[in-house]
Amino acid sequence: MAGGRSNGATIYEKLQDKILEAGSFRGDETITIPRENLLEIFRLLKDDPKLDLNFLTDITAVDYLGKKTPRFEVVYHLHSLSLNRRLRVKVPVPEEDPEVDSLTPLWKGANWLEREVWDMFGVRFRGHPDLRRVLMYEQFQGHPLRKDYPVNQRQPLVPEREVEDTFVDGASQHKLAHLKGQFPTKA
Amino acid sequence: MPLTNSLPETVFTTKVDDLLNWGRASSQWYLLFGLACCAIELMQTGGPRADLDRFGCVPRATPRQSDLMIVAGTLTYKMAKRTKLLYDQMPDPKYVISMGSCSNCGGLFQLAYSVCKGVDKIIPVDVYVPGCPPRPEALTEGLLRIQEKIMKERWLVRNPVSA
Repeated sequence: MAGGRSNGATIYEKLQDKILEAGSFRGDETITIPRENLLEIFRLLKDDPKLDLNFLTDITAVDYLGKKTPRFEVVYHLHSLSLNRRLRVKVPVPEEDPEVDSLTPLWKGANWLEREVWDMFGVRFRGHPDLRRVLMYEQFQGHPLRKDYPVNQRQPLVPEREVEDTFVDGASQHKLAHLKGQFPTKA
Repeated sequence: MPLTNSLPETVFTTKVDDLLNWGRASSQWYLLFGLACCAIELMQTGGPRADLDRFGCVPRATPRQSDLMIVAGTLTYKMAKRTKLLYDQMPDPKYVISMGSCSNCGGLFQLAYSVCKGVDKIIPVDVYVPGCPPRPEALTEGLLRIQEKIMKERWLVRNPVSA
């Protein structure tokens, strides 16, 4: 994308010492920031008139189990409605203490997005008004999108009737076979 | 002299079982139970072109007035609990059509952590309609099979022998 559309220069100017890493791929800009002064940085990104990243598009997370340390990365997508620019912000989160500050003071819409990340990845959000599961049921154990969640594990809410499992074909059985010994599966 | 000859022409004779079954088969009111994209096809089947109405099959919005549950779509564990609850609220005799791959066996999503591998794990199913999603013709066929099944039932015989 043309240089005039870039956030780059302005961001570096403002956040020089706080950015861990910054990059751009085909005009999509990404910065990585530490979780320590997360709220402060986001407030700056939102309120600065030159950036004006006033819309929080999405919050999600990535589990880099066995590939990266720290294990998790919470990813925020921001959009400036006035300037039509976007910015991706990544925040590394360690496995031992998966917690980041909640963005609910800045964007009301962060509420359910953060609940979803908590539900799927088990990353907690400090200062969130109501951190409950949003997709899975309350009784659900664990966080299904974590890479160490057993692929075969099922957690039915009502007792299941005795019927034969219908697999599409032998091939999908086979695909799962190598995973069987690896994780403890629920009977 | 046979009995029929002594009655006026407007009177028919039949078996009580057949009369009951005929009534039941011709008024299978189904519970609106669309869970995913199959629901769109279910609506088509209820609509004017396929017209499920002509078989006496009309949608009801409450399980307490329904005879038939058409499970149309992916059944998640979260929904399975509600499915069981709704099924238990339906008055007997009740029937279930499992519509589409997802409710037959979990379909495309059967390996997902949240998906129940078939509605028959939760409630008994009478007719399975294959397809992803099945066309209205297929669902209509499913209803006809239910009607066939109903017509064979024997309510008044204590130890029914299959007809």
